[in-house]
Amino acid sequence: MSHSNNKTEQVLRSSGVDVRKCMRCGKCTATCPAFDEMEYHPHQFVYMVEKGEIEKLAASKSIYKCLSCFACVDRCPRGVEPAKLVEAVRLSVIREQGQNHLKTDSIPAMLDEDMPQQLLVTALRKYSK
Amino acid sequence: MQRIGVFICHCGTNIAGTVDVKAVAEALSHEQGVVFSTDYQYMCSESGQQLMREAIREHKLTGIVVGSCSPRMHEATFRKAASLEGINPYMVEIANLREHVSWIHKDMKEATEKAIILGRAAIAKVHLNAPLTAGESPVTKRALVIGGGIAGIQTALDIAEAGFEVDIVEKSPTIGGKMAQLDKTFPTLDCAACILTPKMVDAAQNEKITIYAYSELEAVKGYVGNFKAQIRRKARYVDETKCTGCGLCTEKCPQKKVPNEFNMGMDTRRAIYIPFAQAVPKVATIDATYCTMLKTGKCGVCSKICGTGAIDYTQKDEIIEREYGAIVAATGFNPIDATVYGEYGYATCPDVVTSLELERLMNAAGPTNGTLLRPSDKEHPHKIVFVQCVGSRCTETDERGKPYCSKICCMYTAKHAMLIREKYPDTEVYVFYIDVRTPGKNFDEFYRRAVEQYGVHYIKGMVGKVTQNGKQLRVQASDLLAGEQLHIDADLVVLATAIEPDKTARSIGTMLTASMDTNDFFTEAHPKLRPVESPTAGIFLSGICQGPKDIPETVSQASACAAKVIGVLAKDKLTCNPCVASSDEMLCNGCSSCEKVCPYGAITYADKEFRGPNRTTLIRRVASVNPAVCQGCGACTVACPSGAMDLKGFTNKQIMAEVDAICK
Amino acid sequence: MKFSYYPGCTLKTKGKDLDRYGRLAAKALGFTLEELPDWQCCGAVYPMAKDEIATKLSAVRALVATRDEGQELVTLCSACHNVIKQVNNDMAADADIALRVNNYLGLETPYNGETSVLHYLEVLRDRVGFDKIKAAVKNPLTGRRIAAYYGCLLLRPRKVMQFDDPENPTILEGLIRALGAEPVIWGMRNECCGGYVAAEDKEQSQKRSNIVMQDAKKNGADTVITACPLCLYNLAKNGGTELPVVYFTELLAEALGVK
Repeated sequence: MSHSNNKTEQVLRSSGVDVRKCMRCGKCTATCPAFDEMEYHPHQFVYMVEKGEIEKLAASKSIYKCLSCFACVDRCPRGVEPAKLVEAVRLSVIREQGQNHLKTDSIPAMLDEDMPQQLLVTALRKYSK
Repeated sequence: MQRIGVFICHCGTNIAGTVDVKAVAEALSHEQGVVFSTDYQYMCSESGQQLMREAIREHKLTGIVVGSCSPRMHEATFRKAASLEGINPYMVEIANLREHVSWIHKDMKEATEKAIILGRAAIAKVHLNAPLTAGESPVTKRALVIGGGIAGIQTALDIAEAGFEVDIVEKSPTIGGKMAQLDKTFPTLDCAACILTPKMVDAAQNEKITIYAYSELEAVKGYVGNFKAQIRRKARYVDETKCTGCGLCTEKCPQKKVPNEFNMGMDTRRAIYIPFAQAVPKVATIDATYCTMLKTGKCGVCSKICGTGAIDYTQKDEIIEREYGAIVAATGFNPIDATVYGEYGYATCPDVVTSLELERLMNAAGPTNGTLLRPSDKEHPHKIVFVQCVGSRCTETDERGKPYCSKICCMYTAKHAMLIREKYPDTEVYVFYIDVRTPGKNFDEFYRRAVEQYGVHYIKGMVGKVTQNGKQLRVQASDLLAGEQLHIDADLVVLATAIEPDKTARSIGTMLTASMDTNDFFTEAHPKLRPVESPTAGIFLSGICQGPKDIPETVSQASACAAKVIGVLAKDKLTCNPCVASSDEMLCNGCSSCEKVCPYGAITYADKEFRGPNRTTLIRRVASVNPAVCQGCGACTVACPSGAMDLKGFTNKQIMAEVDAICK
Repeated sequence: MKFSYYPGCTLKTKGKDLDRYGRLAAKALGFTLEELPDWQCCGAVYPMAKDEIATKLSAVRALVATRDEGQELVTLCSACHNVIKQVNNDMAADADIALRVNNYLGLETPYNGETSVLHYLEVLRDRVGFDKIKAAVKNPLTGRRIAAYYGCLLLRPRKVMQFDDPENPTILEGLIRALGAEPVIWGMRNECCGGYVAAEDKEQSQKRSNIVMQDAKKNGADTVITACPLCLYNLAKNGGTELPVVYFTELLAEALGVK
């Protein structure tokens, strides 16, 4: 439990999100373009971080499916910024030794002739440390 | 030298639970001038007051200090008790040992220490108190009601019922307000017009009521009992006394393309118009923005066909001045502009409408004659999605919305959903809600009927985005209980937009020097105990201008407001607050600082003759305070750089004595 | 009119057209883009975490260099614009981040977000003016129906980007009208193309891009324009339609007769 509390603190601190502002309207989840790919949805990130259930979120593929499109951030009537929580949970995972989600070795297989640098740089920034 | 009595109240355990009242009474008994000091369980009780009165007689007290609750609660009680024994009421001081001490401290030692200090400060002040006598001012026995919606109409009718004259100033061409635009009313589903228009007619026919429609408040001066208001009667270009309201001009006017505001712009009217059939006064108005005659000088059709010669293109705005004893703000509300919520598609998709637009689409006198047809292709919608809380309950981070709950949306949406299901059973209705809030008599039953009897689909979740998808609207939403994201192809989307005070409220509030909150709602004198009065004396509040409320609440508040107005008008004289500012002319340097900060316009400057050295005469510009207008706020005493301004009952010396006593 | 210009990595490689046509059009319209010397990759994505400092440094260096030139900074790639503008906002509004960045960089004059960051489109709208562009058009795109795709990066977060109404933007539509074509107003123009997940989950980005492209097609567009190389890649490659996707600068250069 204390370990989990530390993680919660870390996620709250690095995201800068105040989860208590949430009024549970679900507009973030209504608006999320990655809904189908996610196991936990934006409003659940907010609620589960509030409850301190970071481990479940950290183990979920959802943290790699968020597109960082900021639709949930912009449309939230309470200024909660769920995308920042997803990012903070993902960082809490990949910042640990050996937890890179995208390994540089696997990149050559992904390449095609049109793929812009921007895509690779972004993916590496999002998935690896 | 004063002979001071100190009375420390236990307030049950409210004070005594945290403050050692006996220790306080004992400590204060040693203060200079204190000849009697005691404590008692309830000073405000009959026996507590008796105790005080006996002590006054026995110890020949000249000043009183009560350590009790806030002076807002019982200052008047203790002043009255003291005056029964011949002590001037302004010789009584309250040390607030409850709100300022016991309720906010936990530690008894600290609390007791603070209570003693506050008691000392009060004693120091009483030493410098002087008897004050309240003056009197006359009362003009007429009220002004600003706004002619259901709130203003009800308040005016009730004031008139008591026999006083009332003027209603309404900026639109007719009274009736928003209620006139509604179709049915919850929870009884009676038709809004059927219950409103008789009241409008009552108001028009009541000899005590004068309706100034198409008029706006221009300026207000004065104070409770003695207001002077300037009212701008906007040019209608139609002589109200000649127009019979036959409506012929509104049929023949060639300018047909004016958006009809009564139908929320969903159809058009002519440049000369009567807003709706039951308008009061039923008089035509020329809209100068669109009238060809007024713009180019070429037309004149209405003038030619008017049988009574009522058309007058040369009419000008007229300013009239009237006097009032009390003023009621009943300025009402508007829905917020839904275009700011681009994600709901209001600006880009014609079949996304607001709830007020839906009222018109369902109303027999509306643009579709009461048949529910969608705006884009006039087809009957088979799937309708309602979105709740559009712009309500937002944090300050969402500058598009409002922080408050708009209160009426849950119920009117249930009403809409129910009426649609009743009239068009083949229509599927979805309501996306965050919470369903239905506190009110028969309200929750009403909402449950929409679900259980009419089969309205209530979904706990929110709509994220609405986009045009061919002829339909693609609604992307969440169903939180099912954990799903929904994609509904709807024919019509209805937005329950937040309501906000009318745009004119702020400027009217400034004219009335009535305080307002950050949302531009008028503030009450006390949120619970004086809910229909503004803190500014003589200004009263009716309807949504004070906060969101539905029709039953609005009408109740409107009547309560009238009762308070009648309370003022029924008096021949009003007692003034003697704690007003006054200026020492010998010290005044004529700088005008006080005049600039005075929120009530109580300070004026005049050139006055003074005796100079060697029998010369000097002319100096000095301030003087109108004690009837001054509310005793003290702003001028702070602004005055030369110390000429002082507030009776709160003089600079008294306040310094209190500070010294605290810092001793 | 002279601006400091931050092209970004992709505009030197796969996104050359965005840069090339942008420069040609700028010349035709009479403003100068002065490429910053020694600029570094912005990182392509804004690091949201409050404790990310190192990943914000390259953006700050570009901002400082622009300040020292006494100019405004113009970007063309949506991603660079988003990163640099958001980092600039952090430097102005987040005292903790600004302190830590300034401590690290050890500048002579600390940087606190003074530089004004403009997107090329904002230069067109606010400095050149669409009227002037309209007058400069040599080959009006009459009869074309162009769908402007904004994606996420130019518009959101609205408070920081302050670019346009993120739910109902008009800047690209204004440009399209100035070029003589008809803008298509469509619902998916500000929805995500799938972005960087294309690297590891092609299916997800295909799904998103397809939703976007189908909507453009359904609304009768003949071309989709964008300001983002990643959007262009996703929409063209993973969108599943034949509808051409080009950079807005290409369309601009074409209309101005400098393509």
